[in-house]
Amino acid sequence: MSTTFPADLKYTKDHEWTKKTDAGLLVGITSFAVEQLGDITLVSLDVKVGDTLAAGKAFGTIESVKTLSDLYAPVAGKIVRINTDLTDKPELVNEDCYGKAWMIEIAPSDASAEGLLDVAAYKAHVDASG
Amino acid sequence: MTEALRRTPIHEAHVRLGGRIVPFAGWEMPVQYKGIVDEHVAVRTAAGLFDVCHMGELEMGGEHAASVVNYLVTNDVSRLGVGQALYTCCCNEQGVILDDLIVYRAADQRFLIVCNASNREKISTVFAKAAENHCEFKDLSDETALIALQGPKAFDVLALAGKDAASLVELKSFHFRDAVVANIKCTVARTGYTGEDGVEIFCAWKDAAALWDHLIELGGPLGLKPCGLGARDTLRLEARLSLYGNDIDETTNPIEAGLGWVVKMDKGDFVGRDAIEKIKASPLPRKIVGFEMVGRGIARHGYPLRDASGKEIGVCTSGSPGPTVGKSIGLGYLPTELSAVGTTFFVDCRGKNIEAVVVKTPFYKRK
Repeated sequence: MSTTFPADLKYTKDHEWTKKTDAGLLVGITSFAVEQLGDITLVSLDVKVGDTLAAGKAFGTIESVKTLSDLYAPVAGKIVRINTDLTDKPELVNEDCYGKAWMIEIAPSDASAEGLLDVAAYKAHVDASG
Repeated sequence: MTEALRRTPIHEAHVRLGGRIVPFAGWEMPVQYKGIVDEHVAVRTAAGLFDVCHMGELEMGGEHAASVVNYLVTNDVSRLGVGQALYTCCCNEQGVILDDLIVYRAADQRFLIVCNASNREKISTVFAKAAENHCEFKDLSDETALIALQGPKAFDVLALAGKDAASLVELKSFHFRDAVVANIKCTVARTGYTGEDGVEIFCAWKDAAALWDHLIELGGPLGLKPCGLGARDTLRLEARLSLYGNDIDETTNPIEAGLGWVVKMDKGDFVGRDAIEKIKASPLPRKIVGFEMVGRGIARHGYPLRDASGKEIGVCTSGSPGPTVGKSIGLGYLPTELSAVGTTFFVDCRGKNIEAVVVKTPFYKRK
Protein backbone atom coordinates (compact mmCIF):
# COMPACT_ATOMS: atom_id res chain seq x y z
CA MET A 1 0.00 0.00 0.00
CA SER A 2 1.31 3.42 -0.79
CA THR A 3 0.61 6.52 1.19
CA THR A 4 -0.70 9.33 -0.97
CA PHE A 5 -1.98 12.69 0.21
CA PRO A 6 -4.10 14.54 -2.33
CA ALA A 7 -3.15 18.20 -2.60
CA ASP A 8 -6.75 19.47 -2.66
CA LEU A 9 -7.52 18.17 0.85
CA LYS A 10 -6.87 19.62 4.29
CA TYR A 11 -5.60 17.42 7.09
CA THR A 12 -5.45 17.01 10.87
CA LYS A 13 -2.66 15.77 13.13
CA ASP A 14 -4.93 12.80 13.94
CA HIS A 15 -4.48 11.63 10.34
CA GLU A 16 -7.88 12.62 9.07
CA TRP A 17 -8.60 14.45 5.83
CA THR A 18 -11.30 16.96 5.02
CA LYS A 19 -12.68 18.02 1.68
CA LYS A 20 -14.73 21.14 1.09
CA THR A 21 -18.28 20.52 -0.16
CA ASP A 22 -21.32 22.73 -0.65
CA ALA A 23 -22.68 21.67 2.74
CA GLY A 24 -19.42 21.78 4.66
CA LEU A 25 -16.58 19.29 4.94
CA LEU A 26 -16.33 15.60 4.17
CA VAL A 27 -14.17 13.77 6.70
CA GLY A 28 -12.21 10.53 6.40
CA ILE A 29 -8.90 9.03 7.42
CA THR A 30 -5.66 9.27 5.45
CA SER A 31 -3.79 6.50 3.71
CA PHE A 32 -1.12 6.84 6.40
CA ALA A 33 -3.72 6.04 9.08
CA VAL A 34 -5.03 3.14 7.00
CA GLU A 35 -1.54 1.73 6.61
CA GLN A 36 -0.94 1.98 10.33
CA LEU A 37 -4.23 0.27 11.17
CA GLY A 38 -4.03 -2.57 8.63
CA ASP A 39 -7.13 -4.52 7.67
CA ILE A 40 -10.14 -2.48 8.76
CA THR A 41 -12.86 -4.69 10.22
CA LEU A 42 -15.28 -2.31 11.87
CA VAL A 43 -16.30 1.32 11.54
CA SER A 44 -18.66 2.65 14.20
CA LEU A 45 -20.02 6.12 13.57
CA ASP A 46 -21.63 6.98 16.89
CA VAL A 47 -23.38 10.16 15.79
CA LYS A 48 -26.53 11.00 13.91
CA VAL A 49 -27.45 13.67 11.42
CA GLY A 50 -28.16 16.90 13.31
CA ASP A 51 -25.74 16.23 16.18
CA THR A 52 -23.38 19.07 16.96
CA LEU A 53 -19.79 18.28 17.87
CA ALA A 54 -16.97 20.24 19.40
CA ALA A 55 -13.66 20.15 17.56
CA GLY A 56 -11.63 17.15 18.72
CA LYS A 57 -14.67 15.29 20.06
CA ALA A 58 -14.84 11.59 19.16
CA PHE A 59 -17.53 10.81 16.59
CA GLY A 60 -16.82 7.10 16.32
CA THR A 61 -14.26 4.37 16.31
CA ILE A 62 -12.42 2.43 13.67
CA GLU A 63 -11.11 -1.05 14.37
CA SER A 64 -8.65 -3.26 12.58
CA VAL A 65 -7.85 -6.85 13.43
CA LYS A 66 -5.49 -5.79 16.18
CA THR A 67 -6.40 -2.29 17.27
CA LEU A 68 -9.05 0.30 17.87
CA SER A 69 -8.75 4.02 17.21
CA ASP A 70 -11.07 6.89 17.94
CA LEU A 71 -12.27 9.16 15.16
CA TYR A 72 -12.23 12.85 16.05
CA ALA A 73 -14.23 15.74 14.68
CA PRO A 74 -11.67 17.86 12.81
CA VAL A 75 -13.76 20.99 13.35
CA ALA A 76 -16.71 22.10 15.45
CA GLY A 77 -20.01 21.80 13.66
CA LYS A 78 -23.20 19.97 12.86
CA ILE A 79 -23.35 16.52 11.27
CA VAL A 80 -25.01 16.79 7.85
CA ARG A 81 -24.46 13.29 6.49
CA ILE A 82 -23.15 9.95 7.63
CA ASN A 83 -21.69 7.27 5.36
CA THR A 84 -23.80 4.27 6.33
CA ASP A 85 -22.12 2.12 3.64
CA LEU A 86 -19.23 1.64 6.04
CA THR A 87 -21.42 -0.28 8.46
CA ASP A 88 -21.49 -3.33 6.23
CA LYS A 89 -18.38 -2.59 4.18
CA PRO A 90 -15.60 -1.47 6.50
CA GLU A 91 -13.12 -2.76 3.90
CA LEU A 92 -13.97 0.30 1.79
CA VAL A 93 -11.57 2.17 4.05
CA ASN A 94 -8.72 -0.04 2.85
CA GLU A 95 -9.87 0.17 -0.76
CA ASP A 96 -10.69 3.84 -1.20
CA CYS A 97 -9.96 5.93 1.88
CA TYR A 98 -10.24 9.28 0.04
CA GLY A 99 -13.36 8.36 -1.91
CA LYS A 100 -16.02 5.82 -0.99
CA ALA A 101 -14.82 5.64 2.60
CA TRP A 102 -15.63 9.21 3.59
CA MET A 103 -17.15 8.96 7.07
CA ILE A 104 -19.13 12.07 7.95
CA GLU A 105 -20.01 15.40 6.42
CA ILE A 106 -19.91 18.23 8.91
CA ALA A 107 -21.03 21.86 8.58
CA PRO A 108 -18.47 23.94 10.48
CA SER A 109 -19.97 26.23 13.11
CA ASP A 110 -16.92 28.42 13.59
CA ALA A 111 -13.59 29.25 12.00
CA SER A 112 -11.78 26.16 13.35
CA ALA A 113 -11.45 24.84 9.77
CA GLU A 114 -8.82 27.49 9.23
CA GLY A 115 -6.52 25.61 11.58
CA LEU A 116 -6.42 22.52 9.33
CA LEU A 117 -3.11 21.51 7.77
CA ASP A 118 -2.35 21.84 4.09
CA VAL A 119 -0.72 18.90 2.37
CA ALA A 120 2.84 20.13 2.93
CA ALA A 121 2.28 20.65 6.64
CA TYR A 122 0.59 17.26 6.96
CA LYS A 123 3.43 15.50 5.12
CA ALA A 124 5.87 17.13 7.51
CA HIS A 125 3.76 15.89 10.42
CA VAL A 126 3.73 12.33 9.02
CA ASP A 127 7.48 12.40 8.49
CA ALA A 128 7.97 13.61 12.03
CA SER A 129 5.78 10.84 13.47
CA GLY A 130 7.90 8.32 11.65
CA MET B 1 11.64 0.97 29.06
CA THR B 2 14.71 0.17 31.13
CA GLU B 3 16.16 -2.63 29.04
CA ALA B 4 17.00 -2.43 25.37
CA LEU B 5 14.78 -4.55 23.15
CA ARG B 6 16.43 -7.65 21.76
CA ARG B 7 16.47 -8.67 18.11
CA THR B 8 16.12 -12.17 16.74
CA PRO B 9 18.71 -13.44 14.22
CA ILE B 10 16.06 -12.96 11.51
CA HIS B 11 15.47 -9.28 12.22
CA GLU B 12 17.17 -8.05 9.08
CA ALA B 13 14.96 -10.24 6.89
CA HIS B 14 11.83 -8.90 8.59
CA VAL B 15 12.84 -5.35 7.77
CA ARG B 16 13.74 -6.34 4.20
CA LEU B 17 10.34 -8.06 3.78
CA GLY B 18 8.52 -4.96 4.94
CA GLY B 19 7.60 -6.22 8.38
CA ARG B 20 6.21 -3.71 10.83
CA ILE B 21 8.32 -4.15 13.93
CA VAL B 22 6.80 -3.74 17.39
CA PRO B 23 8.03 -4.36 20.93
CA PHE B 24 6.84 -7.70 22.31
CA ALA B 25 7.95 -9.36 25.56
CA GLY B 26 11.30 -7.56 25.43
CA TRP B 27 11.88 -8.26 21.75
CA GLU B 28 11.50 -6.40 18.49
CA MET B 29 9.13 -8.61 16.53
CA PRO B 30 7.21 -8.24 13.26
CA VAL B 31 3.49 -7.84 13.92
CA GLN B 32 2.67 -8.04 10.21
CA TYR B 33 4.14 -7.70 6.74
CA LYS B 34 1.51 -7.09 4.03
CA GLY B 35 -1.47 -7.55 6.31
CA ILE B 36 -2.80 -9.77 9.06
CA VAL B 37 -5.75 -11.15 7.09
CA ASP B 38 -3.57 -11.88 4.06
CA GLU B 39 -1.08 -13.78 6.24
CA HIS B 40 -3.84 -15.59 8.12
CA VAL B 41 -5.37 -16.79 4.86
CA ALA B 42 -1.96 -17.89 3.56
CA VAL B 43 -1.54 -20.20 6.57
CA ARG B 44 -5.05 -21.66 6.18
CA THR B 45 -4.73 -22.24 2.43
CA ALA B 46 -0.99 -22.57 1.68
CA ALA B 47 1.76 -21.92 4.21
CA GLY B 48 3.19 -19.31 6.52
CA LEU B 49 6.56 -18.80 8.14
CA PHE B 50 6.85 -17.39 11.66
CA ASP B 51 9.91 -16.19 13.53
CA VAL B 52 9.46 -17.46 17.10
CA CYS B 53 13.09 -17.13 18.15
CA HIS B 54 11.97 -15.05 21.10
CA MET B 55 10.60 -18.12 22.85
CA GLY B 56 12.62 -19.73 25.61
CA GLU B 57 14.35 -23.10 25.24
CA LEU B 58 15.47 -24.86 28.40
CA GLU B 59 17.19 -28.20 28.83
CA MET B 60 17.00 -30.59 31.75
CA GLY B 61 19.32 -33.60 31.75
CA GLY B 62 20.54 -36.34 34.02
CA GLU B 63 19.25 -39.56 35.52
CA HIS B 64 16.57 -37.73 37.54
CA ALA B 65 15.49 -35.45 34.68
CA ALA B 66 12.23 -37.28 33.99
CA SER B 67 11.07 -37.21 37.60
CA VAL B 68 12.13 -33.59 38.18
CA VAL B 69 10.40 -32.32 35.01
CA ASN B 70 7.37 -34.41 35.85
CA TYR B 71 7.20 -32.81 39.30
CA LEU B 72 7.26 -29.31 37.76
CA VAL B 73 4.51 -29.77 35.16
CA THR B 74 0.91 -30.97 35.23
CA ASN B 75 0.99 -33.37 32.28
CA ASP B 76 2.76 -36.74 32.50
CA VAL B 77 6.14 -36.63 30.78
CA SER B 78 7.02 -40.14 32.01
CA ARG B 79 4.78 -41.43 29.25
CA LEU B 80 6.81 -39.72 26.52
CA GLY B 81 9.00 -41.87 24.34
CA VAL B 82 12.22 -40.41 22.99
CA GLY B 83 11.28 -38.16 20.06
CA GLN B 84 7.85 -37.32 21.49
CA ALA B 85 6.53 -34.06 22.87
CA LEU B 86 3.53 -32.89 24.85
CA TYR B 87 1.75 -29.70 25.80
CA THR B 88 1.47 -28.95 29.50
CA CYS B 89 0.91 -26.34 32.16
CA CYS B 90 3.46 -25.44 34.78
CA CYS B 91 1.72 -24.37 38.00
CA ASN B 92 2.75 -23.07 41.39
CA GLU B 93 1.66 -24.50 44.77
CA GLN B 94 -1.59 -22.48 44.54
CA GLY B 95 -2.47 -24.37 41.37
CA VAL B 96 -2.39 -21.29 39.14
CA ILE B 97 -0.55 -21.24 35.84
CA LEU B 98 3.05 -20.01 35.73
CA ASP B 99 3.33 -20.84 32.04
CA ASP B 100 2.23 -23.24 29.35
CA LEU B 101 5.02 -25.30 27.81
CA ILE B 102 5.88 -27.92 25.26
CA VAL B 103 8.13 -30.61 26.73
CA TYR B 104 10.21 -32.69 24.30
CA ARG B 105 11.93 -35.91 25.31
CA ALA B 106 15.20 -35.64 23.38
CA ALA B 107 16.79 -38.67 25.08
CA ASP B 108 15.81 -40.99 27.87
CA GLN B 109 17.46 -38.64 30.35
CA ARG B 110 17.23 -35.33 28.48
CA PHE B 111 14.27 -32.99 28.00
CA LEU B 112 13.87 -29.79 26.02
CA ILE B 113 11.29 -27.37 27.39
CA VAL B 114 9.91 -24.50 25.30
CA CYS B 115 8.37 -21.66 27.28
CA ASN B 116 6.88 -18.26 26.45
CA ALA B 117 9.30 -15.37 25.90
CA SER B 118 7.56 -13.33 28.58
CA ASN B 119 8.06 -16.14 31.13
CA ARG B 120 11.55 -17.25 30.27
CA GLU B 121 13.26 -15.85 33.36
CA LYS B 122 10.52 -17.05 35.68
CA ILE B 123 10.44 -20.59 34.28
CA SER B 124 14.20 -20.75 33.95
CA THR B 125 14.47 -19.89 37.64
CA VAL B 126 11.87 -22.49 38.65
CA PHE B 127 13.57 -25.23 36.62
CA ALA B 128 17.09 -24.25 37.70
CA LYS B 129 16.05 -24.36 41.35
CA ALA B 130 14.41 -27.76 41.00
CA ALA B 131 17.49 -29.05 39.19
CA GLU B 132 19.87 -28.18 42.03
CA ASN B 133 21.80 -31.28 43.12
CA HIS B 134 19.56 -33.48 40.95
CA CYS B 135 19.90 -32.57 37.30
CA GLU B 136 21.88 -30.61 34.79
CA PHE B 137 19.91 -27.56 33.77
CA LYS B 138 20.76 -25.23 30.90
CA ASP B 139 18.96 -22.22 29.49
CA LEU B 140 19.63 -22.58 25.75
CA SER B 141 17.41 -19.67 24.69
CA ASP B 142 20.26 -17.44 23.56
CA GLU B 143 21.71 -20.03 21.20
CA THR B 144 18.53 -21.73 19.99
CA ALA B 145 16.44 -20.29 17.18
CA LEU B 146 12.89 -21.39 16.41
CA ILE B 147 10.97 -20.99 13.15
CA ALA B 148 7.43 -22.23 12.63
CA LEU B 149 6.37 -23.42 9.17
CA GLN B 150 2.62 -23.90 9.20
CA GLY B 151 -0.15 -24.63 6.74
CA PRO B 152 -1.48 -27.33 4.39
CA LYS B 153 1.54 -26.84 2.10
CA ALA B 154 4.16 -26.88 4.87
CA PHE B 155 5.39 -30.34 3.87
CA ASP B 156 5.40 -29.41 0.18
CA VAL B 157 7.79 -26.63 1.11
CA LEU B 158 9.95 -29.05 3.10
CA ALA B 159 9.92 -31.43 0.14
CA LEU B 160 11.92 -28.77 -1.74
CA ALA B 161 14.45 -28.41 1.09
CA GLY B 162 16.39 -31.63 0.57
CA LYS B 163 15.90 -35.38 0.84
CA ASP B 164 15.94 -35.55 4.61
CA ALA B 165 13.52 -32.63 4.92
CA ALA B 166 11.23 -34.25 2.35
CA SER B 167 10.90 -37.35 4.56
CA LEU B 168 9.69 -35.27 7.52
CA VAL B 169 6.16 -35.74 6.22
CA GLU B 170 6.31 -39.15 7.92
CA LEU B 171 6.75 -37.51 11.32
CA LYS B 172 3.69 -38.03 13.49
CA SER B 173 1.91 -35.24 15.32
CA PHE B 174 3.81 -34.15 18.46
CA HIS B 175 6.88 -36.14 17.37
CA PHE B 176 10.24 -34.63 16.49
CA ARG B 177 13.66 -35.61 15.19
CA ASP B 178 16.94 -34.15 14.00
CA ALA B 179 16.87 -33.35 10.31
CA VAL B 180 18.77 -31.45 7.65
CA VAL B 181 16.67 -28.69 6.13
CA ALA B 182 18.18 -26.70 3.27
CA ASN B 183 21.61 -28.00 4.29
CA ILE B 184 21.17 -26.72 7.83
CA LYS B 185 21.21 -29.00 10.88
CA CYS B 186 17.87 -28.67 12.63
CA THR B 187 15.51 -30.39 15.01
CA VAL B 188 12.02 -30.53 13.55
CA ALA B 189 8.82 -31.08 15.52
CA ARG B 190 5.35 -31.63 14.10
CA THR B 191 3.77 -29.04 16.37
CA GLY B 192 2.36 -25.58 15.97
CA TYR B 193 0.15 -22.80 17.22
CA THR B 194 -2.14 -22.13 14.27
CA GLY B 195 -4.62 -25.00 14.05
CA GLU B 196 -2.94 -26.14 10.82
CA ASP B 197 -0.59 -28.98 10.09
CA GLY B 198 3.04 -28.00 10.06
CA VAL B 199 6.31 -28.01 11.90
CA GLU B 200 8.40 -26.00 14.29
CA ILE B 201 12.09 -26.01 13.41
CA PHE B 202 14.88 -25.51 15.94
CA CYS B 203 18.33 -24.56 14.71
CA ALA B 204 21.42 -22.75 15.89
CA TRP B 205 21.00 -19.00 16.35
CA LYS B 206 23.68 -18.34 13.72
CA ASP B 207 21.89 -20.48 11.10
CA ALA B 208 18.41 -19.04 11.55
CA ALA B 209 18.63 -16.19 9.04
CA ALA B 210 19.85 -18.55 6.30
CA LEU B 211 17.16 -21.11 7.10
CA TRP B 212 14.50 -18.39 7.01
CA ASP B 213 15.71 -17.03 3.66
CA HIS B 214 15.84 -20.53 2.15
CA LEU B 215 12.30 -21.38 3.25
CA ILE B 216 10.91 -18.04 2.04
CA GLU B 217 12.54 -18.60 -1.34
CA LEU B 218 11.51 -22.26 -1.68
CA GLY B 219 7.98 -21.66 -0.44
CA GLY B 220 7.21 -18.44 -2.26
CA PRO B 221 6.01 -20.15 -5.46
CA LEU B 222 3.73 -22.38 -3.33
CA GLY B 223 2.11 -19.39 -1.67
CA LEU B 224 4.17 -19.34 1.52
CA LYS B 225 4.21 -15.94 3.19
CA PRO B 226 6.13 -14.51 6.11
CA CYS B 227 3.69 -14.06 8.99
CA GLY B 228 3.80 -11.80 12.01
CA LEU B 229 2.50 -11.91 15.54
CA GLY B 230 -0.85 -10.51 14.40
CA ALA B 231 -1.72 -13.52 12.24
CA ARG B 232 -0.25 -15.84 14.85
CA ASP B 233 -2.81 -14.46 17.29
CA THR B 234 -5.86 -14.68 15.00
CA LEU B 235 -4.87 -18.20 13.90
CA ARG B 236 -4.41 -19.50 17.43
CA LEU B 237 -7.64 -17.86 18.57
CA GLU B 238 -9.69 -19.54 15.83
CA ALA B 239 -8.10 -22.84 16.87
CA ARG B 240 -8.91 -21.92 20.49
CA LEU B 241 -5.33 -22.25 21.70
CA SER B 242 -4.63 -20.38 24.92
CA LEU B 243 -2.37 -17.34 24.98
CA TYR B 244 -0.37 -16.81 28.15
CA GLY B 245 -0.92 -13.32 29.53
CA ASN B 246 -4.37 -13.19 27.91
CA ASP B 247 -6.38 -16.34 28.59
CA ILE B 248 -4.15 -17.88 31.22
CA ASP B 249 -1.87 -16.34 33.82
CA GLU B 250 -1.11 -16.48 37.53
CA THR B 251 -4.74 -15.73 38.38
CA THR B 252 -6.15 -18.72 36.47
CA ASN B 253 -5.99 -22.45 37.12
CA PRO B 254 -5.87 -25.13 34.41
CA ILE B 255 -9.33 -26.47 35.23
CA GLU B 256 -11.24 -23.23 34.72
CA ALA B 257 -8.99 -22.46 31.72
CA GLY B 258 -10.21 -25.58 29.94
CA LEU B 259 -6.81 -27.23 30.28
CA GLY B 260 -7.86 -30.04 32.62
CA TRP B 261 -6.83 -32.46 29.88
CA VAL B 262 -3.17 -31.65 30.51
CA VAL B 263 -3.47 -32.23 34.27
CA LYS B 264 -2.76 -35.86 35.18
CA MET B 265 -3.82 -36.36 38.79
CA ASP B 266 -2.85 -40.03 38.74
CA LYS B 267 0.82 -39.54 37.82
CA GLY B 268 2.07 -38.92 41.37
CA ASP B 269 2.89 -35.70 43.14
CA PHE B 270 3.55 -32.47 41.26
CA VAL B 271 3.66 -28.78 42.07
CA GLY B 272 0.09 -27.52 42.49
CA ARG B 273 -1.46 -30.96 42.81
CA ASP B 274 -3.07 -30.41 46.23
CA ALA B 275 -4.53 -27.08 45.18
CA ILE B 276 -5.89 -28.51 41.93
CA GLU B 277 -7.38 -31.47 43.82
CA LYS B 278 -9.32 -29.00 45.98
CA ILE B 279 -10.40 -27.04 42.91
CA LYS B 280 -11.67 -30.24 41.31
CA ALA B 281 -13.50 -31.31 44.47
CA SER B 282 -15.86 -28.32 44.53
CA PRO B 283 -18.06 -26.77 41.86
CA LEU B 284 -16.09 -24.53 39.52
CA PRO B 285 -17.08 -20.86 40.08
CA ARG B 286 -16.16 -19.81 36.56
CA LYS B 287 -14.81 -21.21 33.35
CA ILE B 288 -13.45 -20.08 30.04
CA VAL B 289 -15.87 -20.05 27.10
CA GLY B 290 -15.66 -19.30 23.44
CA PHE B 291 -18.15 -16.79 22.10
CA GLU B 292 -19.30 -15.11 18.92
CA MET B 293 -20.50 -11.55 18.72
CA VAL B 294 -24.18 -11.37 17.76
CA GLY B 295 -24.19 -7.60 17.39
CA ARG B 296 -21.62 -5.57 15.51
CA GLY B 297 -18.51 -5.30 17.61
CA ILE B 298 -15.10 -6.70 18.36
CA ALA B 299 -14.38 -8.02 21.83
CA ARG B 300 -10.92 -7.18 23.13
CA HIS B 301 -8.76 -8.42 25.99
CA GLY B 302 -9.98 -6.89 29.23
CA TYR B 303 -13.48 -5.86 28.11
CA PRO B 304 -16.07 -6.65 30.83
CA LEU B 305 -18.78 -9.23 30.12
CA ARG B 306 -22.24 -8.28 31.40
CA ASP B 307 -25.65 -9.85 31.85
CA ALA B 308 -28.85 -8.31 30.46
CA SER B 309 -29.19 -6.10 33.54
CA GLY B 310 -25.74 -4.66 32.97
CA LYS B 311 -24.12 -6.46 35.89
CA GLU B 312 -20.50 -7.44 35.33
CA ILE B 313 -20.28 -11.23 35.22
CA GLY B 314 -16.93 -11.91 33.64
CA VAL B 315 -14.12 -10.70 31.46
CA CYS B 316 -13.02 -11.13 27.87
CA THR B 317 -9.48 -12.53 27.66
CA SER B 318 -9.02 -12.64 23.87
CA GLY B 319 -11.03 -11.33 20.98
CA SER B 320 -10.70 -10.41 17.34
CA PRO B 321 -12.31 -10.86 13.99
CA GLY B 322 -11.81 -14.48 12.87
CA PRO B 323 -10.74 -14.16 9.24
CA THR B 324 -11.46 -17.81 8.36
CA VAL B 325 -14.61 -18.30 10.43
CA GLY B 326 -15.89 -14.95 9.19
CA LYS B 327 -17.18 -13.93 12.59
CA SER B 328 -16.08 -11.74 15.43
CA ILE B 329 -14.98 -14.20 18.12
CA GLY B 330 -13.52 -14.26 21.58
CA LEU B 331 -12.66 -16.12 24.74
CA GLY B 332 -13.56 -15.11 28.27
CA TYR B 333 -14.39 -16.27 31.74
CA LEU B 334 -18.05 -16.59 32.74
CA PRO B 335 -19.77 -18.01 35.84
CA THR B 336 -20.18 -21.76 35.28
CA GLU B 337 -23.99 -21.51 35.39
CA LEU B 338 -23.85 -19.04 32.49
CA SER B 339 -21.30 -20.92 30.43
CA ALA B 340 -23.48 -23.35 28.45
CA VAL B 341 -23.39 -23.19 24.67
CA GLY B 342 -26.22 -20.93 23.48
CA THR B 343 -26.17 -18.64 26.52
CA THR B 344 -26.30 -14.99 25.53
CA PHE B 345 -24.60 -12.14 27.34
CA PHE B 346 -23.11 -8.75 26.50
CA VAL B 347 -19.60 -7.56 25.83
CA ASP B 348 -18.96 -4.06 27.12
CA CYS B 349 -17.10 -2.58 24.15
CA ARG B 350 -15.96 0.70 25.67
CA GLY B 351 -19.38 1.55 27.04
CA LYS B 352 -21.46 -0.10 24.33
CA ASN B 353 -23.01 -3.40 25.38
CA ILE B 354 -22.94 -5.69 22.34
CA GLU B 355 -24.72 -9.03 22.43
CA ALA B 356 -22.66 -12.23 22.25
CA VAL B 357 -23.41 -15.94 22.50
CA VAL B 358 -21.44 -18.85 23.95
CA VAL B 359 -20.46 -21.27 21.16
CA LYS B 360 -18.67 -24.57 20.84
CA THR B 361 -14.92 -24.41 20.32
CA PRO B 362 -12.61 -24.63 18.51
CA PHE B 363 -14.04 -21.95 16.25
CA TYR B 364 -12.01 -23.48 13.43
CA LYS B 365 -10.95 -27.08 12.92
CA ARG B 366 -8.99 -28.17 9.89
CA LYS B 367 -10.54 -30.86 7.71
